[in-house]
Amino acid sequence: MAGLGGRMSTVIKARISKMLDRAEDPGETLDYGYQKQVELLQNVKKGIADVVTSKKRLQMQSTKLEQSVVKLDTQARQAMSQGREDLARAALERKTVAQTELQSLDGQITELEKQQEGLIENEKKLRTKIETFRTKKEVIKAQYSAAEAQVQISEAANGVGEQMADLGLAIQRAEDKTENMRARASAVEELEQAGAFDDITQLGGGQDDIDRELAQIGAGSQVDDELAKMKAELGTGGDEAPQIEQGEGEGK
Amino acid sequence: MIVRIAGEGQFRLPDEDQERLNELDNRAVSAVEAGDETGFKELWAQMLEIVKADGNALGDEELLESDVILPPRDVSFEEAKAEFTGEGLIPD
Repeated sequence: MAGLGGRMSTVIKARISKMLDRAEDPGETLDYGYQKQVELLQNVKKGIADVVTSKKRLQMQSTKLEQSVVKLDTQARQAMSQGREDLARAALERKTVAQTELQSLDGQITELEKQQEGLIENEKKLRTKIETFRTKKEVIKAQYSAAEAQVQISEAANGVGEQMADLGLAIQRAEDKTENMRARASAVEELEQAGAFDDITQLGGGQDDIDRELAQIGAGSQVDDELAKMKAELGTGGDEAPQIEQGEGEGK
Repeated sequence: MIVRIAGEGQFRLPDEDQERLNELDNRAVSAVEAGDETGFKELWAQMLEIVKADGNALGDEELLESDVILPPRDVSFEEAKAEFTGEGLIPD
């Protein structure tokens, strides 16, 4: 058989025949086979756990981005109420970038969740098959002659082996996809580190002019007073400008 | 015949379906070789439909080897290029 089926069954058959060659008597083959199956099941569990971990990491990143979106939106409103359209624009630009990333991230999380469900379902099948094999091996040991047992063993072991290989392949596929997501996630992290979603009033290293300007505005009453003074001087005064409020979830 | 859809499970199908699957498989190989993604997707959907319509899911406690292993349901065209080659999944 060519293609996927061929590749997979070749791998399985190679393993099984090795297993059969190794053992002197069918009973030993069966026990060894069962032991191998249980061992491989542990690998499978680890593989699934890795997918779950990747998903959790993406979820955390998504939560952080959600917070950034809310914060930047609040700040855009505050800047606007202060008549600072330039700052409001800067905040909204960051918000747009964060929203786009958030959307793509959420799509990936949904996909990973679907894969995870499939893997868990698949693992359940494998566990049942291994359990069946365990029962069957005792029957074979007790009832069949060596020659008959060989046939029975091959069939049963191949059945389990195929399920095992299938799940292994599914995990591999999920991991490949996760790898792409990871690359994407680190790109988002780089954006974050470059300050793309920063709180626009946040102080810290690597700030650009807008950041500094905004940080100063948010710094408190002194700036507010100065601004009010400036407005008065320019004759744009009128009503007292509303105080800049601290953004919700500040410092989180 | 026993057919497995990778990542999903095994199904028992009447032996007559082998020929129908084989024909679709051969056409899928041609579509992939011609770079015809739309054509491939259609043929792939037809193959899955046969399994869905005629297949009975094997119990988890049945330890049987599959006669044919189909790729995962959501196989991409890129992945299909590696699977649907030469004699295809089902050799003549």
